[in-house]
Amino acid sequence: MDTKNLINRLAEFLPAQSIIHEQEALRPYECDGLPAYRQLPLLAVLPGTIEQVQQVMRVCHEMRVPVVARGAATGLSGGALPLGDGVLLGLSKFNRIIEINKQARTARVQPGVRNLAISEAAKKYGLYYAPDPSSQIACTIGGNVAENSGGVHCLKYGLTVHNVMEVKVITPQGELLTIGGAALDTPGFDLLALMNGSEGMLGIVVEALVKLLPIPARAQVLMAAFDDVEKAADSVGTIIAEGIIPAGLEMMDSLAIQAAEDFVKAGYPVDAKAILLCELDGTNEEVSVQIRQVRELLKASGATDVRTARDEEERQLFWKGRKAAFPAVGRMSPDYYCMDGTVPRSRLSEVLTGISKLSEVYDLPVANVFHAGDGNLHPLILYNANNPGELKRAEDFGAEILQLSVKVGGTITGEHGVGYEKVHQMCVQFSEPELEQFRAVKKAFDPQLMLNPGKAIPQPRSCSEHKTIGGHQH
Amino acid sequence: MKAQDFSEQLQQQVQQAIAGKQPVRITGSGSKAFYGRETEGDVLDISAHQGIINYEPKELVVTVRSGTRLADLNAVLAEQGQMLAFEPPAFGEDATIGGTIACGFSGPRRAAAGSARDFVLGASIINGRAELLHFGGEVMKNVAGYDVSRLMVGAMGTLGVLIDISMKTIPRPFEEITLQRECTYQQAIERMNELAGIDLPVSATFFDGLNLYIRLSGAAPAIKAGEKRIGGERADNNAIWQNIREHSHAFFRQDKALWRLSLPSDAACFELPGKQCIEWGGALRWLVSDADPSQVRSAAERAGGSAILFRGGDRQGEVFHPLTDGMKTIHQNLKRSFDPDGIFNPGRMYREF
Repeated sequence: MDTKNLINRLAEFLPAQSIIHEQEALRPYECDGLPAYRQLPLLAVLPGTIEQVQQVMRVCHEMRVPVVARGAATGLSGGALPLGDGVLLGLSKFNRIIEINKQARTARVQPGVRNLAISEAAKKYGLYYAPDPSSQIACTIGGNVAENSGGVHCLKYGLTVHNVMEVKVITPQGELLTIGGAALDTPGFDLLALMNGSEGMLGIVVEALVKLLPIPARAQVLMAAFDDVEKAADSVGTIIAEGIIPAGLEMMDSLAIQAAEDFVKAGYPVDAKAILLCELDGTNEEVSVQIRQVRELLKASGATDVRTARDEEERQLFWKGRKAAFPAVGRMSPDYYCMDGTVPRSRLSEVLTGISKLSEVYDLPVANVFHAGDGNLHPLILYNANNPGELKRAEDFGAEILQLSVKVGGTITGEHGVGYEKVHQMCVQFSEPELEQFRAVKKAFDPQLMLNPGKAIPQPRSCSEHKTIGGHQH
Repeated sequence: MKAQDFSEQLQQQVQQAIAGKQPVRITGSGSKAFYGRETEGDVLDISAHQGIINYEPKELVVTVRSGTRLADLNAVLAEQGQMLAFEPPAFGEDATIGGTIACGFSGPRRAAAGSARDFVLGASIINGRAELLHFGGEVMKNVAGYDVSRLMVGAMGTLGVLIDISMKTIPRPFEEITLQRECTYQQAIERMNELAGIDLPVSATFFDGLNLYIRLSGAAPAIKAGEKRIGGERADNNAIWQNIREHSHAFFRQDKALWRLSLPSDAACFELPGKQCIEWGGALRWLVSDADPSQVRSAAERAGGSAILFRGGDRQGEVFHPLTDGMKTIHQNLKRSFDPDGIFNPGRMYREF
């Protein structure tokens, strides 16, 4: 690759400070939210306009240089891990909320706008953007589309795919496409469903129109303590069987409770084996009815204590503990490895037992945090990368958890994406013809495989090679 | 309902079609034969592939074979106090869930709850290489691989034969009432948008040209409070929503072409010959008109949306809203990636594929 030539071509339309090529300056771009994997890109570019993104794509396409898009780099699967022979395309300059339409309840935003910033801007109209991944202070909407991000409220309000109405994307050839629109249905195939969760492999999102919802008249959270993880898991199905769909339904096990309590002093009962946070929202009348119902159901399910947040401040505090669970666990251990399998809720306790057995086998502690409402588990494996072999052990442990998730009818990733990290586990979940269909979909958008190649979908033959090597390959 | 797995037979039929390069017309009960463009080909009948494979009310998920009658599925869900949130129309007693999903049809609850595609969690399909493939699954959150199951929704069977479909179910509302009040077209648009911006248990809206109808669904106290806030007269029953959904309402019983305009919910009234009604909080406008198709399409485009010739008119011409050149290329590439020999419902959606 003639890097100099590439830089010269890019400098024809990008200011010098938007092209980063010196090694030290590239260092901040070497990884995303999964720092176990690092790679310096050939160079990084920071375009500021849609036309500049188009020009970058055209030059890279012509010179056959692969491109990896990057938002806030909070992703947890190495989806924005740079390629050594590729350009890293940062979208941080696209940080403007273009318009909030109060009447139609939509926000038109640039991809680098932070998730939480949308809700903050919409608040004065009594509206908010529903998907709320735990990284919402930092993560951006472009990355949310790429990963089809979830959050703690998606049992009731859906994922990113349910809340984005339109995206403008730049194709690998540099063309601008509008997918979806301000109406509920748009002509042709549902390409918007494909774009959500495509991990930056089908196009670069340069604008998004998102749906805003009215802020619920009332939101109330209950915290239930259990002396047994299984009982806590089973209570979830009991609530749903009564016809109640909580806005959020989160569970933490004792190690996670302790970590969170030490970190944010949320008022969690540290002697509990599990806690369940159950948020109910809606009209004042509806919430009042449901609070009573859920309290009774939790008690009948064996909760040792059920508390309702006294006020909005305490509600925020209960959630703060949950949202800070990852960094809280991070304080207990030099490193942690976060998994993301989803399992049918009825298999939850079986999977938890399996995880705790594996924890003994691999001799690594694990803290469990999960979106109990939708069966999305986040086991956090604690390890120390400075101890020889421990990273490998953590990875192997994680791979077994994912295999277990698939075995019980679940998936290897609920919301963090496949990225670089889980690309080999795709072979566990999908057959070769299914993977080949994914590759064909990719080629329909990107025939030369220029966008984020090597992520999300295993290369042809790599599954059989992976099997012969035996075990985890990274 | 006679539960049986007919997927192997369907796979063999697809194999034969590929070998003979003979296009097929995928058909359930034929209740939606009126929809889309007219197409040639041997019938590939999925209606024998019936039955509920898995239903876990506590998991809010059901997996069904595509030939299952929608009415049968609805009955099974109702027994457990649940339903399909997108409230799909059937347009025929024997309508199948496969046809419903292939057409991507949603009913009155769509603006409040979401569309057919929003509630599809997974699908097995037979692609144009006669391979039986599984995408998605039975869990709410799943981002492994591209979202092929949702891509199938509304693709009119042009990308593959739907075999099994997993969907999220929701609890039935405890109570429902309908409120009505006289108003103008523009007042209806404004009112629908205004109400959607407030946290109220509104589950459907309809304006017939004279009256605005609002359905409230939820717990009794919430409905009572909503009724007080919204006002209007309480209708005797909720039958109107089924009539709108199934097009048995008087508005739809006309002999001119029926257009379905999908517009931004706040799009103002537009001048076109014929009669209009409004659903989905303003986002769906039905038009009964003998206006020239290009006139209807450009009016829809000017309003920021698109138009489908839903029923009647010229079924050999363009029925769906034209695609831009860039989108057409991607559609053709995708079609080839699923169906390289072009055997599934050729021309049913667009002339070119």
